[in-house]
Amino acid sequence: MKIYKITAVFVAICISLLFVQCNDDDDNANIIEQSTCSDGILNGEETGIDCGGPCEACEDTGVALDFTGTFIQEDVMGRPGVNTVFSGSDAVKDLFNKVPTAMRGTLQDGQTETFQATFQNTLELYHDVYAAALMIDPEDLDYEENILGMNAATFTTVLANFDALQVAPEGTTTYYDGTNILTGRNLNDDVIDISLTLMFGGMSGTRFDGNNGTPQLTSDGVGVGTRVFGAFPHLEIPN
Amino acid sequence: MKRTKIIAAIGMVGIAVSSVFLLSADHVDAPQVEGTKSDIADLYAFEGDNPNNTVFIATIQGPLASGQQTANAQFDEDVLIEFNIDNTGDFVEDLVIQAIRRGDSMYFFGPAAPAETGLESTVNTFAARTAVKISTGEEVEVTTANSLNVYAGPRRDPFYFDFNRFNLVASGSVAPEGFLPSGEASDFFEDLNVLSVAVEVPNSMLGTAPTHVAVAAEILPPGGAPNAYNVWVSTKRKSN
Repeated sequence: MKIYKITAVFVAICISLLFVQCNDDDDNANIIEQSTCSDGILNGEETGIDCGGPCEACEDTGVALDFTGTFIQEDVMGRPGVNTVFSGSDAVKDLFNKVPTAMRGTLQDGQTETFQATFQNTLELYHDVYAAALMIDPEDLDYEENILGMNAATFTTVLANFDALQVAPEGTTTYYDGTNILTGRNLNDDVIDISLTLMFGGMSGTRFDGNNGTPQLTSDGVGVGTRVFGAFPHLEIPN
Repeated sequence: MKRTKIIAAIGMVGIAVSSVFLLSADHVDAPQVEGTKSDIADLYAFEGDNPNNTVFIATIQGPLASGQQTANAQFDEDVLIEFNIDNTGDFVEDLVIQAIRRGDSMYFFGPAAPAETGLESTVNTFAARTAVKISTGEEVEVTTANSLNVYAGPRRDPFYFDFNRFNLVASGSVAPEGFLPSGEASDFFEDLNVLSVAVEVPNSMLGTAPTHVAVAAEILPPGGAPNAYNVWVSTKRKSN
């Protein structure tokens, strides 16, 4: 290609670029491309101010949804009943909710004993109440290893320091079905009876089951009753 | 326990019974959350109708009486409900599924790694967002998107417990009898409701499950329980 032709092409490209640039500056279509989801005006493909189209979905009021901010923990739950049954005092209950799950084994500010020590003390207190009623020396009626072979210290350590539901992606889901243990929690699992059995059932599971003159402490006597759980979301319509 | 402590023990439990709601699964578990819109009632996690999925359900604000109290109950726009999933066995959340109300809808984010772990959270707006209109009563609104099924709304409380009798049992006032036989016991939650959020997630989105904690802690022998995630639910309130 000859030099003058190259120059002509070069000039033509430059002119076209200038034209495009000029066109960009003036064309409303390009303002759409430059609109943002935080400029405070309705523009571009937005259907409300800074919302809709490529931005956050709009609320009914036609403004963007705001998901900003820091959220601070107020309540937490892993296994059923742990905080309410074992923490004992209001102060411990509140503190339990404010300590990260992984940190519960460490003595916290304001604590004179660990959660595990508190839990074990509470477990023994429940036994003392029934020792007194049965006219037995409370020193002679202590927690007995449960059906899983856990003594009081181990049982309360698992409850205090590892408070989460174990959820197995493979196999049967159950809180405890006599064979499988802690692979999840079904809606109809009798977690109260399971918990009571681990607390008061001893090695046989029947230590205080209401038979042979013992208190009934291993079952609250109620089951799932009239509840029927269907397809997702599995829960029943409200009463 | 020593005899000298028994008087104190009975006294302590006696005080506990004066609190109307002493125990349920987690319903009204501690004074600072009692009666608030962040009060967690229960957590469930189980295999879905599709066995490759897990369903997580959290119930909050329970117990709600039938009728007006249930009809008026609302999710708080300042309260973030968070399913925490530990898939490494250290009880620190590796993934979270977050739910928060805006208007008449519940917005679910994730599952995704949280920006920070522990007591403080921000909403994972970078993660997949799945919205569902909050159901109000008999009708059920479910959104199926992003490989999830999601639901939010009032439901019958699935939890069952002779709660009134428990308070008497714990106080020692019905010692040594204890709980009632099945024909006489009464389910406190039979006619009560809760607000609920439910999310069904493919297990493939939750990572590989770690060794079951009971096996890791040598409570159960190797193989005594299948590998399992550690899961808990938290509620967190907007602070700024």
